[in-house]
Amino acid sequence: MGLESSKWAIIFLVCWLYKNVSCNSVEQKIYVELNNTVPCVRLLNATHQIGCQSSISGDTGVIHVLESEADLEWPLSKGPNPPYMVLLESSLFTRSIMMKMKNESNRVAGVAVVVPNTSPPEFSPHTTCPNENTGVYSDNYGPNLAHCNTTVWNPLGNGLSYEEFDFPVFSLKEDNETEFIKQCYLDHNRAVNGSAPQYPLCAMQLFSHMHAVTNTPTCMRRNDINFSINPEMVCDPLGDYNVWGSIRPYNDTVLGHKENESVVIAAARLDSRAFFWEVSTGAEGSISGFVTLLAAAQALREVTHKAPPTRNILFAFFQGETFDYIGSSRMVYDMENGKFVIDLDNVHSILEIGQVAVHSGTNLFLHSDPVSRSNDTVNDEVENFVKNLQSSTAGLSFLLVEPNVSQPLPPSSLQRFLRAQPIPGIVLADHESAFNNRYYESFYDNAANLNLTYPSDLSPEEQLEFVTETAKSLTDVATVVARALYKQAGGDDSQVNTIKADPKIVTQMLYGFLVSSNNSWFQAVMAPELKNILKPSPPEYYVGVVMSSTPTRLVQYLLANLTGAATNLTQSQCQKPDELPNESRQMYSYLWVQGIVPPNSTQRDSFCVRASVRLTKAVSPAFELGEYASKDYSTWTESRWKFIKARIFLVASRDLEMLTLGVGVAVLFTSLLVTYFISTKADVLFSSTREPASAAY
Amino acid sequence: MTASVFFGCTFIAFGPAIALFLFTIARDPLRVIFLIAGAFFWLCSLLLSSLVWFITVQISNKESSSQQKGLLIFGVVLSVLLQETFRFGYYKLLKKANEGLLMLSAEETMPISIRQLAYVSGLGFGFMSGAFSMINILADSVGPGTIGIHGDSQHFFLSSAFMTMAIVLLHMFWGVVFFDSCEKQHWWSLAVVVISHLLVSCLTFQNPQYVGSLVPTYIIVFLVGLWAFFCAGGSLRNLKLCLTCKDKDFLLANHRPR
Repeated sequence: MGLESSKWAIIFLVCWLYKNVSCNSVEQKIYVELNNTVPCVRLLNATHQIGCQSSISGDTGVIHVLESEADLEWPLSKGPNPPYMVLLESSLFTRSIMMKMKNESNRVAGVAVVVPNTSPPEFSPHTTCPNENTGVYSDNYGPNLAHCNTTVWNPLGNGLSYEEFDFPVFSLKEDNETEFIKQCYLDHNRAVNGSAPQYPLCAMQLFSHMHAVTNTPTCMRRNDINFSINPEMVCDPLGDYNVWGSIRPYNDTVLGHKENESVVIAAARLDSRAFFWEVSTGAEGSISGFVTLLAAAQALREVTHKAPPTRNILFAFFQGETFDYIGSSRMVYDMENGKFVIDLDNVHSILEIGQVAVHSGTNLFLHSDPVSRSNDTVNDEVENFVKNLQSSTAGLSFLLVEPNVSQPLPPSSLQRFLRAQPIPGIVLADHESAFNNRYYESFYDNAANLNLTYPSDLSPEEQLEFVTETAKSLTDVATVVARALYKQAGGDDSQVNTIKADPKIVTQMLYGFLVSSNNSWFQAVMAPELKNILKPSPPEYYVGVVMSSTPTRLVQYLLANLTGAATNLTQSQCQKPDELPNESRQMYSYLWVQGIVPPNSTQRDSFCVRASVRLTKAVSPAFELGEYASKDYSTWTESRWKFIKARIFLVASRDLEMLTLGVGVAVLFTSLLVTYFISTKADVLFSSTREPASAAY
Repeated sequence: MTASVFFGCTFIAFGPAIALFLFTIARDPLRVIFLIAGAFFWLCSLLLSSLVWFITVQISNKESSSQQKGLLIFGVVLSVLLQETFRFGYYKLLKKANEGLLMLSAEETMPISIRQLAYVSGLGFGFMSGAFSMINILADSVGPGTIGIHGDSQHFFLSSAFMTMAIVLLHMFWGVVFFDSCEKQHWWSLAVVVISHLLVSCLTFQNPQYVGSLVPTYIIVFLVGLWAFFCAGGSLRNLKLCLTCKDKDFLLANHRPR
């Protein structure tokens, strides 16, 4: 009995001790891990690889804080301790500096960019002519308009996002860690009066080894190699889901062409990108567009129940448009092959909401495709559409104007529809020719770019409800869009003036998408199992390789809540609505949402939303067809990697290391010699006290 | 820092130990067994002392640094005393084992003398002590960085390697002196061994003033080494004989079976 209890006592003691172990290891005295870094990763398409790569055991370099472009000659030629890890302020993160470092990449181990809280005057790492090879303009279709011959859409673009660097490029925030790095540089790495800095020097090591190389066909082929039970995948196609909803529901199982069905499509894009992985906001680039479209969809809900228009209106939100129109090319492909609920012949016209960061008083522009308009029927339809749009601005502070010159469509999903069939379409944008957005597809295209400001003394809940100036402007645009769509769909003209978008909803959406997604309204519209995707920061709008990212889910649930109807179904009925007589899963989707918390209770008022909102896969048709070298479809893939981290430490001089090795080898040899000497002479050396007949020395 | 520092420090710390093992112990299986048993005894003493220290740290106030320093000193002193206690325990065990071995063996003489046992057990203690001091430091020395970003001294790896070499040699010398004084019942020399062990361990509190801890330690290594030499049966006369008669006996000595 005593043995039993003492055994248990020992087990308990050991377990308690195990729990309380803490390490004070040598490693903590050598390395400082950098936690708030964002890497640049490798992306591949049919012919190229872009992005950054480090070696498999990390790239180590002596830190050098770059002061100006002329200072580049220290790391590139003059500095005595290559390779260098160059630390750049964002004002020096320019194409010329990066290209110079790319050319001397044996002396540059990597680059770290410090991203400030305030934006520079302009910065766009995207190309000057976005998606130029996958749009509608080519040598066969409007050759003088192709490749931005007439209008350069993104003149501020420096194309850095599409360059290939064989050293890692990381971004750092302006916080204590970066201060520590700069202090380490000032303490150890400064050259005093032109002489070389003394060892030990402060160094940084960046790990961002990418597994995929060359291009998409190569990495997809390597994905298929099945050597072992766990095949190693090296890359994944970019893709997500498109969100679409319609005024009149469609039966999900009846695909292909529908007789006598005419649809007006209203489209917007969801995604954007930046130079670094995943940190993308796209405030002006994409958020302004899809928030406007969501508000317009909500504005149309009531009037389409009261006085339904003759044509159906389909709201489409495309993912992956940044990367050669992944979402829209997939939808067009599905329509062409009878895999979507309607067909291209059912499409009457298309209105796309592009970048609409309008300020009060400025005009918006209606872009259309001159080549398809050379056909008279299409031209008449487009002119009719323009008239509908222009008449919808009655009573508002801005006008809708067609651009003066004959110029191509800006980069837009409409171009993919035109590739398949000449459909009358208009792109609504805030720029007449080149983009007004000075931060197109960069990490500075954030709330500040839309002038989204709140008074400083508001709590987060009050900020959510506060109607900003930006929200008021976007509400007006949404009203115009809703009225024009209603008219275009053949609605009753007398009802048009009752259509008004709700500024409260617009401002709540802007807050949720640009400031903090974890607010009470988003929590109310989301499903309970998805509430973990809401964070205190804005979501990331990079399309990524994980299907159903946060923006897709948010837009899906928002569209369902704003255009659908609340029902009385219980949670179990919501999951199996087909058992009820009037409900059908084929016509609608049924989503169980959390609902708001009533004032006097802690339980949420959850309910079931019935909406004609669906998700369709937005993966490029190139991957469905297996044509990885396709020139027609997007072939973008993202490489895989094992881990990404960064750390700083001091490095000792090579001489000291060799000296240590030399001393060690000398000690070893000396001790071997001395020991051999002693052991052979042992009987002579240790013979003072005679032991009786000991034979075993 | 890099592979060169790793190998350099390994050779510095374990060079003499490797040489001694290769030339004097590796050929005789009995010596190997006693070496490993000695290492095991040292390990047991470390386990016990670390258990006691860990419990006292958990009980103590973690915030007060003076209390933690006091606790560290207490831990070091306790560990030294426990190591010497276990060395004494090993001595007692070996004495009993020797009688048993004598009964079992066919020959009339003991296969291994108590003096050799002293040397082997001391070396075993030294091996394990060196390993525990040095292995995790060596593991961290392989990476590209060196100590210093938080302001610590750069010479940590080198000094640790030299200290470990000193400790390995010291344990060997202490083993010889300890067993010899136990045989001859010279309890005062036993006390001197314990005191010198305490002295060397407490000298490490001078770190990071590495000069202050390494120089006195090496002086003690030299002195205790001399003492062990005389205890093991050496004398100045023998040494002179060896150094001058290298020419004559060296060749003959090589043919002796060891």
